[in-house]
Amino acid sequence: MQSPLRLERRLTQPKWLNWGVPLLSLLGALILGAVVLMATGKNPISVYMRILERGFASTDAFSRTLISATPYAFTGLAASVAFRMGLINIGGEGQLYLGTIGAAFAGIAFADQPTPIIIAAMIICGMLFGGFWASIVGVLKAKFSTNEIITSLMLNYIAAILLDYLIFNSKSYWRDPKSFGFPTGKRLVEGAYWYDMSFGPITVPFGFLVAIIAAGIVWFLYNRTRFGYEVSVIASSPSAARYAGIRTRWKIITVMSLSGALAGLGGASDVGDFRHVLDSKGVQIAGYGYTGIVVAALARLNPISAIFVAVFLGGLSNAGYALQGPDFPSGLVGTLQGLILFTAVAGEILTRYRIKRQTHVAEGASS
Amino acid sequence: MVDYIDSKLTVTMKGIVKRFPGVVANDGVDFEARAGEVHALLGENGAGKSTLSNVLTGLYRPDEGTISLNDEVVHFDSPREALERGIGMVHQHFRLVNSFTVAENIILGEQSKNIMMDTSAAIERISALATQYSIAVDPNARIWQLSVGEQQRVEILKALYHGAKILILDEPTAVLTPQEADALFVVLRSMVAEGRTVIFISHKLDEVMAVADRITVLRAGKTVSTIECATTTTRDLARLMVGRDVVFDRVVRTNQAEPDNIVLQLSNIDANDDRGRQALTSIFLTVGKSEIVAIAGVAGNGQRELAEVIGGMRNATRGTVAVNNEVIPNGRVRKSMSAGVSHVPEDRLHTGLVADHSVEDNLILKSYRRAPISKFSILRRNVIRDQATDVIEKYDVKTPGTTTPVRLLSGGNVQKILLAREFNSSPSVMVISSPTRGLDVGAIENVRKRLVEAADSGVGVLLISEDLEEIFALADRILVMYEGTIVGNIAAHDATRESIGLLMGGIAIHQENN
Repeated sequence: MQSPLRLERRLTQPKWLNWGVPLLSLLGALILGAVVLMATGKNPISVYMRILERGFASTDAFSRTLISATPYAFTGLAASVAFRMGLINIGGEGQLYLGTIGAAFAGIAFADQPTPIIIAAMIICGMLFGGFWASIVGVLKAKFSTNEIITSLMLNYIAAILLDYLIFNSKSYWRDPKSFGFPTGKRLVEGAYWYDMSFGPITVPFGFLVAIIAAGIVWFLYNRTRFGYEVSVIASSPSAARYAGIRTRWKIITVMSLSGALAGLGGASDVGDFRHVLDSKGVQIAGYGYTGIVVAALARLNPISAIFVAVFLGGLSNAGYALQGPDFPSGLVGTLQGLILFTAVAGEILTRYRIKRQTHVAEGASS
Repeated sequence: MVDYIDSKLTVTMKGIVKRFPGVVANDGVDFEARAGEVHALLGENGAGKSTLSNVLTGLYRPDEGTISLNDEVVHFDSPREALERGIGMVHQHFRLVNSFTVAENIILGEQSKNIMMDTSAAIERISALATQYSIAVDPNARIWQLSVGEQQRVEILKALYHGAKILILDEPTAVLTPQEADALFVVLRSMVAEGRTVIFISHKLDEVMAVADRITVLRAGKTVSTIECATTTTRDLARLMVGRDVVFDRVVRTNQAEPDNIVLQLSNIDANDDRGRQALTSIFLTVGKSEIVAIAGVAGNGQRELAEVIGGMRNATRGTVAVNNEVIPNGRVRKSMSAGVSHVPEDRLHTGLVADHSVEDNLILKSYRRAPISKFSILRRNVIRDQATDVIEKYDVKTPGTTTPVRLLSGGNVQKILLAREFNSSPSVMVISSPTRGLDVGAIENVRKRLVEAADSGVGVLLISEDLEEIFALADRILVMYEGTIVGNIAAHDATRESIGLLMGGIAIHQENN
């Protein structure tokens, strides 16, 4: 009846687990993916080689990968910030939509200003809109103890409908009055385009640099400030937080808003770096917010790691776009991402437990 | 279908030993309950009552010893097996599904071949049982609609429905009003009149005397004695329960208490517990400079709520708390702290400390908002580390380093860290709950020495403890709490174990031959 192997709680978490487990998870995902590929009659090695080539192996490919990685970096940071306090914010998607709305508004409203001012306005508005959207979840949780998973998820749908309404169903500030037939948003002036930075042969979107700076700030905030200390106490022991007089409710609202602001910043970058227009359908198809959850999980909620994970997943997506065709199914990249998340979550157990061969122990002692 | 007793059961437990890591909860307990009696298991918290009942119902397996029913040795692997042999238990915390009806809860877990649940037959049987024992309960009511007392009746009905001939009740009156308790006693008497057995776990002397036929007293995991209720008095029981063979030394104080120089004053405090029931009623108390005032009492009589009100973690619904003659705002932890209150909670590892956090991070739990620990909201890691290194040396904490999570340290070292942090905050008042529970002898000695040092240096200490030996060793004055009120205020040198024990059991001294 009893299995010869059993899980035992680890007393300490050795340092090597921080990189060992994600790597093993990745390997596991690749092996599982290979099974799927072979089942569909493809050679997994050659498929993986092509992904590597088109995602990472050339400077061109890498530049495109960074473009794909930028929104993931923001939504990954957003999810990490909330998860670190035990708030399961899965509303990064909707918060990012709101960020695009805010940034597009600023881009249109400040069109005749110099570029740095437009960019600053877009960043601020994107963060405010995304932060506001998430703060609804925070206030509901703090005041009425509503489940943040449900409210943040539901707000994603509301945000999507709001986007559609602004472009398709109303003569809103964002809709281009000159667009006939298929309605589109107002295009931003070129002065509102965010910079492309060149580092040798590699082009780095301005938003990606902003994401790196944001990751640094989040790291500092969570590791070196009173704010981060309070968040970690709340996350580890709510009763100790109450005992120390930490205002948990207020922190819930703040952390949710911060998380939403980061997702909103991703939305601003999406408008400023790439689309230059409030593109209702395009941003919804991309699903950046949900991928952010994968990023945060793989990065084990570390903001710096989130950047690297975002680049990795960005490379996968980029290779997916480039390779799509009759011999490369478009769903493959999504399947691989799903497998990676699956193995990463499974691997997470190994960081807290270790597998032990069952030796005969006195029964009932393991309470 | 009317339930009837087809056989009478006598349960005998011999030499029961049950060990947990670091503790021997039952150390050779002998116990016997006959059919047709209410048999009380009396003892302080931690005496081994609950462990013994969990062994009897198959939740724990004994390390040594045997259980027999009518001379047949039995082994139970689960509560279900015990119930099949007629042993049922009503736990202190009910195991009922709130959204189900009474009947659905009672038949829950019943093996049935039908996919559809047919409650009509069950309802009939439940009603018959309810009438038989005058247990007023509507089988169709949903649990959330019922009072705590009614829910308890559902648990009893459930055990009867499943054929329990021996019914164990764990502290059944803890959640009841006195009237509900009286009604329960009537039900229990009618059950034993039928030939069933009731095992009644309690630490309240008067109710044990009121309901039991025989009483087995446990102390520190051992059977002290089994006596007929008719041949004993509450006074004898109190002596048996708390023990008299322990010698306690008064610690030597260098500074005398100044009870008139009041540092903490509670006036007319009322407060509710977590469930919103009144836990404290009209508490008046004072603690003077350098004075150690002990609150004696069995756990759950309002001590935790009292400590939390003073620490600002709980709102008082009436009355005021004053520190150094200044009233502090109600239910504000930071205000209490800055007024000079240090609160050392009973749950060290999960309330007083953050178990997963490092030694150094735990030492700043109350000072992280101020210089020198933080400046402009930024934590100063090197200052924090230096502070931790100092504490480890000064308090002789055994730890691999300052970044070790405190959950990896032994209980004594955990308490050292907690106390070090609290002493370093230079309090005027310390409220400290069960400071030595679970510690070994050396650590106990250390903690007591530190407490006395604090009192000698002028701190007023409110020591909340169930450990009478500790109270007699440390306190200048003893207050006894019972059901949310203070029922006694005695100078330590006038107090006897017996008088305190009686008060803890809810017997006012003047009722006895005083």
